[in-house]
Amino acid sequence: MRRGLSWRNGLRLLALAIAVGGAGFWWAGGAHWGWTKTSVPVRTLDEVTGLEAITYRPQFVPGVDFLVAVWITAGLVAGASLLFRRDARVALKSEAN
Amino acid sequence: MVISKTLGVLMVAGAAVAAPLEFDFKDPKGVNNVVFRLDAPLESISGSATGISGKVVFDPANPAATRGRLVVAAETLHVPNPVMKQHLHSAQWMDVAKYPEIVFESTRLEDVQVKGDEVTARVRGLLTIRGVTREVVVPVRLTYLKDKLGARSNGQMQGDLPVIRSQFTIRRSDFGINPAAPQDKVADEIELTFSLAGAAPRQ
Repeated sequence: MRRGLSWRNGLRLLALAIAVGGAGFWWAGGAHWGWTKTSVPVRTLDEVTGLEAITYRPQFVPGVDFLVAVWITAGLVAGASLLFRRDARVALKSEAN
Repeated sequence: MVISKTLGVLMVAGAAVAAPLEFDFKDPKGVNNVVFRLDAPLESISGSATGISGKVVFDPANPAATRGRLVVAAETLHVPNPVMKQHLHSAQWMDVAKYPEIVFESTRLEDVQVKGDEVTARVRGLLTIRGVTREVVVPVRLTYLKDKLGARSNGQMQGDLPVIRSQFTIRRSDFGINPAAPQDKVADEIELTFSLAGAAPRQ
């Protein structure tokens, strides 16, 4: 009978998913090295005056602060996995080896 | 008698044509803007403000006599990061609650050069930011677009359009904008770029 995933391994997998998923989201958002933005400038040309109008469109652009926050979260989740004891059968097996 | 009357009419007409015009820079299309940029070694910050109003008196026949007052509503200062924007508006930085206006008032024009519809000059004036007033001299390029207001207002108004462009640098320490902030993170020099269009609808 197959045993379910232990809390310890489950949290580690979750931490990995958060770290990889967060980095992927940051990369897909343009790999922006500045601070996170919640709006982006949109420039439109006024043809009569030749001036560029600047308006801001709401858009979430993750920055390095987002990436750092994601990795800190992943680290905390991975750290929390240490609070759970290792699976008894795995522990016995490693002791036997 | 007839000659003197004709001359009188011509003089009045001439005076009417040469009269300086007052242009309103509160642009109904919202195009007017000022872009600011601070380029520090560790961080580059840029944003803009769009709440611009004010009046400029311009006489195409005598550009050197141009004078005006432009106001930027401090609360329209915008940067894309919400935390940074909160800091920018706070008492430590621009204190927009206490100092809601950034004002530039010209005192005189220098080195005025006219080339077709374009006037370039160095404008001497008083710039007030955060309650601190300093004299500055800024290069300005004014393009006078005669009878172009109709094209911009879908024919609803007729008149002329002056377009003002200017780019210059100020120091935030001169205006008491958080002078204690480290300059490797927030540059002392602020590069400002003004792009403005005014209007004087004919009655």
